[in-house]
Amino acid sequence: MKQYSYYPGCSAEATAIGLGLSVEVIAKPLDMELIEIEGWTCCGSTPYGSVDELESIVVAARNLALAEKAGLDLVTPCSSCFVTLYRAHIHLIDHPRLMAQVNQALAVAGLAYHGNLRIRHLTEVLSNDITPEVIASKVKRPLNGLKVAPYYGCQLVRPRYGTDDTEFPQSLDRLVECLGAEAVYFPLKARCCGGALTISEESRVLGLIRKLLDNALENSAQCIVTPCPLCQTNLDAYQSRVNSKFKTHYNLPVLFITQLIGLALGIDSTSLGLNTNIVSPGIVLEYILRQEVKSGA
Amino acid sequence: MEPRIGVYTCHCGSNIAGTVDVAEVTRFAQDLDGVVIARDYKFMCSDPGQKLIKKDIKELGLNRVVVASCSPTMHEPTFRRACQEAGINPYLFEMANIREHCSWVTEDKQEATEKAKALVSAAVSRVYYHEPLETREVPINPNTLVVGGGIAGIQAALKIADSGHKVYLVETSPSIGGHMAQLDKTFPTLDCSACILTPKMTLVGSHPYIELLTYSEVEEVSGYIGNFKVKIRKKAKYVDADKCTGCGICQIKCPAKVDSEFEAGLGKRKVIYTPFPQAVPNIPVIDREHCIYFIKGKCRACEKFCEVGAIDFEQQDEILEVEVGSIIVTTGFEVFDPTPIYQYGYGRLDNVVTSLEFERLVNSAGPTDGEILLKDGSHPESIAIIHCVGSRDEQYHEYCSRVCCMYSMKFAHLIKEHTDAEVYEFYIDIRSFGKGYEEFYNRILSEGTTFIRGKPAEVTNIAETPEEKGKLVVQFEDTLAGLQRRLPVDMVILSCALEPQPDAGKTARLFNINRSADGFFLEKHPKLDPVATMTDGVFIAGCCQGPKDIPDTVAQASAAAAEVLAMISKGKVEIEAATAIIDESICTSCQACLLVCPYSAIDFDEEKKVCRVNEALCKGCGACVGGCPSDAINLKHYTNEQIVAQMEGALV
Repeated sequence: MKQYSYYPGCSAEATAIGLGLSVEVIAKPLDMELIEIEGWTCCGSTPYGSVDELESIVVAARNLALAEKAGLDLVTPCSSCFVTLYRAHIHLIDHPRLMAQVNQALAVAGLAYHGNLRIRHLTEVLSNDITPEVIASKVKRPLNGLKVAPYYGCQLVRPRYGTDDTEFPQSLDRLVECLGAEAVYFPLKARCCGGALTISEESRVLGLIRKLLDNALENSAQCIVTPCPLCQTNLDAYQSRVNSKFKTHYNLPVLFITQLIGLALGIDSTSLGLNTNIVSPGIVLEYILRQEVKSGA
Repeated sequence: MEPRIGVYTCHCGSNIAGTVDVAEVTRFAQDLDGVVIARDYKFMCSDPGQKLIKKDIKELGLNRVVVASCSPTMHEPTFRRACQEAGINPYLFEMANIREHCSWVTEDKQEATEKAKALVSAAVSRVYYHEPLETREVPINPNTLVVGGGIAGIQAALKIADSGHKVYLVETSPSIGGHMAQLDKTFPTLDCSACILTPKMTLVGSHPYIELLTYSEVEEVSGYIGNFKVKIRKKAKYVDADKCTGCGICQIKCPAKVDSEFEAGLGKRKVIYTPFPQAVPNIPVIDREHCIYFIKGKCRACEKFCEVGAIDFEQQDEILEVEVGSIIVTTGFEVFDPTPIYQYGYGRLDNVVTSLEFERLVNSAGPTDGEILLKDGSHPESIAIIHCVGSRDEQYHEYCSRVCCMYSMKFAHLIKEHTDAEVYEFYIDIRSFGKGYEEFYNRILSEGTTFIRGKPAEVTNIAETPEEKGKLVVQFEDTLAGLQRRLPVDMVILSCALEPQPDAGKTARLFNINRSADGFFLEKHPKLDPVATMTDGVFIAGCCQGPKDIPDTVAQASAAAAEVLAMISKGKVEIEAATAIIDESICTSCQACLLVCPYSAIDFDEEKKVCRVNEALCKGCGACVGGCPSDAINLKHYTNEQIVAQMEGALV
């Protein structure tokens, strides 16, 4: 059993509850023990840095300090949390004066950060620690050629962490394929979904979402999978607004990669939070079922 | 003989005297052990300054000299010569650097004067123990090896051979000509590349003093300046060069086709082939890897049709051993492969081509006879040229490839000449630095090419508007207008970087050349010794040293030839006397010194089981002295006694 400090992030408990639920239920069958950091708080999220950089780093560093004490690698399933925590960490080890300043603030809460923490995204852990080969060996319901568009979003690969290519990443593709599904050619797989601009610039973002949906469908995807809560929310919850704005008829399920893994591991859809997805994943479930029947399982 | 030392402190105008109290230094030196006379003078390196030293040597019977002035790399040779002319061995001279190491870097006068005194004291203590050394001379073999048959190698070989000296020109491919033979026109004059190159190639092929070894590789180099021994592998061509008339019937009859390297993969060649019609030598070779006979055991079509019986399937590789006095390495460059830059779509999207592919596409002798065609055979109406692909990019090559701006603008001109297409140049900065280059830039501007400042983010075939359907769309930031824009075009040319040959590391080890951080071969001095390398007798020219255009390449190749001819004309070379020497009675044959020597100057004597320094190769760096666990190695002119004395002197 591999042990990790776990930082779920706020989305996994709210808008992306499906992510939080599915991570929890797939961990055990994949021999991962995710130990939630006690007393974790908001990571500061991406926009905070442009309001007050120092404060935003302190907010992130508080969580880093808590995780550092535990002595395990810190894993988060949220791309935005990952970027925020990772950037704060890099900033702090690159700038000792900033580190001292931040530690002065943390001292008030009796905390300190020393920079001895490895911050990792769950997708990277699944790819490199657990490995697609091992996941494949635990698959109970192979996905039998389900056509999946692997959508990385921007934050999983940018800035350059050195774990995957920024323009044409591969790790999510491998995870999709190890489940017996087919990762379709998806040239926009690392493009922006619009992020938090859905709130301030909705019409622009709907254009971006449309491009992604269109590109996935053009390459015959039956669903999109992503590890990112924000990407999932935009593509899933705003699909109907795209349809009404552009007079289109998209009905493309958008799953978390952890939900897809869960399905292949034989976990029931409610435990994976699939009932919380807005575009019904019914077509995906139906396909899997029909394939099972065909193969006489 | 009791040391009689003269100490001379230089003012160097105000360079030294402005910070150091030279009179005080002179007074101090006068009282040091063994010092007979101490003087100071405005410019020691001047004629009167040197005369001062010579006069004292003669009149006061000095047998050691210390000059406290600038860096020894500046004037050590000057003062050594002065000593020699006055009759004392040049190695009985020592220099104290009180300018770069003292006056220039110290503000406080008192502090500077004290440091100058310490440096002078150190030099005096050291020179006390100096011993006379003799420089040796070795003869220069007048033959030369040139490695690489591109324009650099051709130029260097011709210059040397024209003076009546033998040149071995080695080229790995079946013909000389290199990249220049593939190019269409040359900037900024637009003369045809092949037209100016092929006469030179023909001259090489028929030159009585050039032995042309194509389809050959250098395997081993030993020896030292003036006296290299080189092993060359002549790969089997399976064609008897003495019988072949170059009629070409074998190439017509050969049934197997593969991608042509010369056509940058845009065209096909036969398996028995010359790379291009003007190849020198005009004798085909059989590409063994793809030959049907070598794969399946039958065919031999070429043999059946060859009227003179020149095909010889039994031919074997040959090893040729030659002796040369100097080597010029001109192994050129490789064009950057843009496939890893996923967002530009090369290899994924039709009609995205590299600059070298475009050279062939626009070349009247190329696969389309010079017609600029899209993949579907139609004519492009608009073409985008993206500069700096793989250059000026931290992900790939940080350096500027120097030729891309110019050849990209040449492309714009050629496109306008051949078609009615609109041309868009996407640039970061335009670097038109050479003679006539800025004028060429202005000419291209006036021809109506659109220049857009901004490096495109991507090239995509995903349309967003009806106008974009079926086009390649360039997404970019126009940094002058401050706008994000999209431009639909029919063809995209990627102006790819020039990078070191993939086997540059191997070549560097073979010839004992260093490489700079970018992977290109390193010259001895970036300004004052641009074609020499750290290995005496080995020179570099052309793009193997760094990206450059044809005029610069030719100039460098001529410079390398001049260096070689100067050596040949002198006939001998002086070898540094300050070399390492191994005490064979102490050497335990561990061979640790062999590993640390950066010049491969140490050999192991198998019979006596001792290591021995080749004085001709030794540069006196001292790495082996430190590396020897038995303390068996001493470096002449840097003996332990001398170094310790110098340190003790500095501590007064």
